[in-house]
Amino acid sequence: MTSWLDIVMVLLFLTDLGLLGSSRLGVYVRLAAVQGVLVGVLPLLVQHTLALETVAVAAGTIAVKSVLFPWLMARIMRGFDDRRERQPYLGYTVSLVLGVLAVGAALWISRRLPESGAGGLAAHGFLMPAALFSIFTGLILLVTRRKAVTQVLGYLVMENGIYVAGMVLVPESTFLVELGVLLDLFVGVFLMGIMIFHIQREFDHIDTDQLAALKDWGGEP
Amino acid sequence: MNGRGLIHYALALLLAPLLLGVINRVKAAFAGRRGQPVLQPYYDLVKLLQKGAVYSRTTTWVFRAGPVVTLAALLAALALVPFAGQAGPLSFQGDVIVCVYLLGLARFFTVLAALDTGSAFEGMGASREVQFSALAEPALLVGLVVLGRQTSTASLGPMFAAVGPALWMTAGTTLALLAVAFFIVLLSENSRVPFDDPNTHLELTMIHEVMVLDHGGPDFGLILYGSALKLWIFSAFVAGLVVPYRCGNGWVDTAAAVGALLLTALVVGTVESCMARLRLLRVPHLLISATVAAVLAFLLMTR
Repeated sequence: MTSWLDIVMVLLFLTDLGLLGSSRLGVYVRLAAVQGVLVGVLPLLVQHTLALETVAVAAGTIAVKSVLFPWLMARIMRGFDDRRERQPYLGYTVSLVLGVLAVGAALWISRRLPESGAGGLAAHGFLMPAALFSIFTGLILLVTRRKAVTQVLGYLVMENGIYVAGMVLVPESTFLVELGVLLDLFVGVFLMGIMIFHIQREFDHIDTDQLAALKDWGGEP
Repeated sequence: MNGRGLIHYALALLLAPLLLGVINRVKAAFAGRRGQPVLQPYYDLVKLLQKGAVYSRTTTWVFRAGPVVTLAALLAALALVPFAGQAGPLSFQGDVIVCVYLLGLARFFTVLAALDTGSAFEGMGASREVQFSALAEPALLVGLVVLGRQTSTASLGPMFAAVGPALWMTAGTTLALLAVAFFIVLLSENSRVPFDDPNTHLELTMIHEVMVLDHGGPDFGLILYGSALKLWIFSAFVAGLVVPYRCGNGWVDTAAAVGALLLTALVVGTVESCMARLRLLRVPHLLISATVAAVLAFLLMTR
């Protein structure tokens, strides 16, 4: 039976693949916002009962992940001349193929995990694979992209994956943990925003690769 | 052999050029023009078939065989394609692979005929065609394998007969991914807009048009008819997935399936009007995305 949960999880897979395969920063931010909504509605779908706490957590998650963070990133990006991720360490097509391998790995691993979690959620469908795949996607984005914004975004995607995994493993206390994580993440994104701003003002670009070279070392113009 | 399959086959032969007409009409409507008559492809075919042919002295028999073999392969492939949930006139276990190979054979002879002219320009077109179809074929084949696995058969007829509201309920996400993959393959294989612009004769952007540039008269008529059949085949795949509802009465089903094909043509025309052609370097990326969608469907199915 195709449930709403399955559809949301498949959409999560697709947004992850979209992140791996696209080159425009604007698309990245929009996909991250969509992913925030997908992850945000998850508690409502998993819990079945509409407790006030559940709704509050869902609303909070959606507000932070799909409104606040994208808004912050769009703000950071406003000053950029170049809104594309140029020359990543790994091409988009290779990333996509790697992504498919990661989907396979996620499905393979999650089939071998012991069935834990209340309500047999781990056994249920795509939750665990989607969580693992989001973590892998975040990892790939973090490692292979050059721009600081994209790396922050990879971190966000990874966190989404951890959130979904938390939903599977500890459905009851996940909200408390999640609130803490969200706060950390907010501070993280905020700090990175300030850092990116300064890096950009200092060096006229946010290519982290070039930060390895000292600026005032003569030689290079 | 079955009666309704034969009727569908005749219907396909008769109505295939209509799809091209509909696409042109939709594009004209988007551009605010009245556009050519819907039946224009038929007039074109009749006109071309009445003309004489001119052959360059550098060409050999391969050039003359090209259009004929291409059309023959497509006619054979069409006989395998199910329509309205009913198997084609020919149906046997494993006809999936035969169908894909027949489409490959048609492409192979178009490419050979293009190379036979000895023109570097056509060689370029041939190279592009082969490059793109090498990427589109895995998407189609993996997609059909997923469908076969889902319905546990290796024959196109039963495969598409099993696609129905029930299967959409149990495996809707898989089917939706497949539909997307098939649609991208349709656009690529029929050289529609994000991949190729069928209207342009601008040298650097064409793919398919380059290869048939040296054909004229009846040969070009055969090629035109062949491309209409190819569009019909791929549209039948997509429409068979997306509009699976059958009501039991054969004739209503047939009419509904024809309507679904015309709807597919409408969507193709809309895509063509709303999108710009992709840069040539970006084309493989989109095709690999189609393959990725098909492989994802495969992985999700085997979980």
